[in-house]
Amino acid sequence: MLLQTTSLRFAHPGQSPISFPDFSLAGGEALLLLGKSGSGKTTFLNLLAGLLTPNQGQVLLDGVILSALQGHRLDLFRGQNIGIVFQKPHLIAALTVKQNLELAQFLSKKKGPSPLSLLQDLGIASKASAPIGTLSEGEAQRVSIARALVNTPKLILADEPTSSLDDEHAQRVITLLKTQAAKIGAALVIVTHDQRVKSEVSQVLELKSV
Amino acid sequence: MNLLTLSWKYLSFRPLSTGLNAILLAFGLAIITVLLLVQHQFEQKMTRDAAGIDLVVGAKGSPLQLILSSVYHIDFPTGNIKLEEAQRISRSRLVKQVIPLAMGDNVQGLRILGTNHDYLDLYAVKFAGGKAWEKPFEVTLGAESAIILGMKLGDTFSGSHGISVGSHDHDQHAFTVTGILEPSGKVVDRLVLTSIESVWHTHDEEGGTEPDTTAQGGEEPLAVEEAPELGMNSHLLPVAARGFPVTDRDREVTTLLVRYRNPMAAIQLPRMINSGTSMQAASPAFEMSRLFELLGVGISLLQGLAIALVIIAGLSIFIALYNSLKERKYDLAILRTLGASRGQLVGLVFLEGISLTTMGALLGIGFGHGFLALVVALTTQEVVSLVDPWIFLPEEGLIFGYALAVGIVASLIPAWSAYQTSIAKQLTKT
Repeated sequence: MLLQTTSLRFAHPGQSPISFPDFSLAGGEALLLLGKSGSGKTTFLNLLAGLLTPNQGQVLLDGVILSALQGHRLDLFRGQNIGIVFQKPHLIAALTVKQNLELAQFLSKKKGPSPLSLLQDLGIASKASAPIGTLSEGEAQRVSIARALVNTPKLILADEPTSSLDDEHAQRVITLLKTQAAKIGAALVIVTHDQRVKSEVSQVLELKSV
Repeated sequence: MNLLTLSWKYLSFRPLSTGLNAILLAFGLAIITVLLLVQHQFEQKMTRDAAGIDLVVGAKGSPLQLILSSVYHIDFPTGNIKLEEAQRISRSRLVKQVIPLAMGDNVQGLRILGTNHDYLDLYAVKFAGGKAWEKPFEVTLGAESAIILGMKLGDTFSGSHGISVGSHDHDQHAFTVTGILEPSGKVVDRLVLTSIESVWHTHDEEGGTEPDTTAQGGEEPLAVEEAPELGMNSHLLPVAARGFPVTDRDREVTTLLVRYRNPMAAIQLPRMINSGTSMQAASPAFEMSRLFELLGVGISLLQGLAIALVIIAGLSIFIALYNSLKERKYDLAILRTLGASRGQLVGLVFLEGISLTTMGALLGIGFGHGFLALVVALTTQEVVSLVDPWIFLPEEGLIFGYALAVGIVASLIPAWSAYQTSIAKQLTKT
């Protein structure tokens, strides 16, 4: 298994701890993480990304225990092996589309596919040297997917990637995520409460409210 | 893509704020550059030009004026002194050497200075062509003078009366260029040197053939009413290369440059001259340090202004970095998820601050030199034209030092806040 979690527990300061169900995922597989607001979906995602350290339990990605890595080694591991797509694109506005992807490659110190060919795959090659400010929301979301893919990660995490998109774009984004993840053999975890997404992914994990 | 490019992109993403801060800092540093250049060059030139001159003896008046006119050739002379009295001083046992100077004419604003070959030795000049004057009306041009006049060996010109442009010409007798000096960076560069006899004869002829000019009365510096001495052919005789010229008439010179024989002279000679004769003696070292003391007030005032500007620029850069960082907390969190370490974020903030202030330093040094070049180009004051605006001093490295310090200090708090940024908290905030 590429990704495996065991008895994860995390407590936000001043709140009661949340326990998360164990699951495992092979390369190329996709998992949908569902749950009501406040059920800890985002916290779970942050634990999977190594952005938060669990109070108990562990996340195993490609044989590496995330919580065992510290400081810059964790940052670097995340940059090289985990691609994150956020609810909003959050691209660096001071850079162009292509520079945003180059920045991701520079920070992870990893030679991935050329940013241009990736943009071509996602159908936004014509925007390569456009400033971020000129992109539409759908285009910006596709650029952020390209940024998550540019280091050929082993795990792709997507946090509500479709919530601000219309039906057509939402469909396109999900298809893109699935095909690209399958293409590079990465595990894909999508956190959502979007009904449109549910039909697209077979494996579902539902978080119970505390 | 690297951190430097990224920091530069962030800076150029806010061109107005970046430009304003860089220019603010540049103004402060420009003032420091100008002060540095002017102070350094003046002091250096003043010291070099006065080297070997212990005392200047001339007509009574302002001692500072005497020094400025006789050593640096930038003010009007205080008047003339009798040759006989001048010769008496040169015979004193306290005096090692006396160089007589005779002034009163100019050519296109360049002073024609009558002296002897000792003056050339004083400044250790080298000839670019020709040799020193040997007969009356032969002149040696300083390097800059030759360029300004556009003259070469063998050319002739006539001088005009007075030491600045605008007076009537002495066209009775033309000067011939027989020597041109190499540039030395000293006061001789801007002089036209000749023998004392030449200066005398120029004014003799005026007196002889153009009686009206005596109407100028006291202003006439070297007026002589009698006919030329030593017969009509005196212009063809060699002039005195050392010491005073030989004459049988009642002549005058403008000043004497004196070198002491022993330290004792520094105490006795000035007092002797100032109280025992109708002349005055002034020491270049003393008068110049008095002048710098007077200028010192103005210089420290400007320095204060420059420091205030640099501090304000530092504050403004700090505020700009801090504000832009608040807007960019999300960016920083994204960078961390992409694999950037805390150290790299801190580096990014410092790079931004330092590139901004380095830009300010470059601009400031550019402004400083440019401003000085403008002043030198627009001015007619010879004092100012002594300054070369395109000399770069090693001290200007200090300006980069200041800029670097401002950049680092202004970045400290923003960098700390970048270091503290928690990614998960930042990203879950909506």
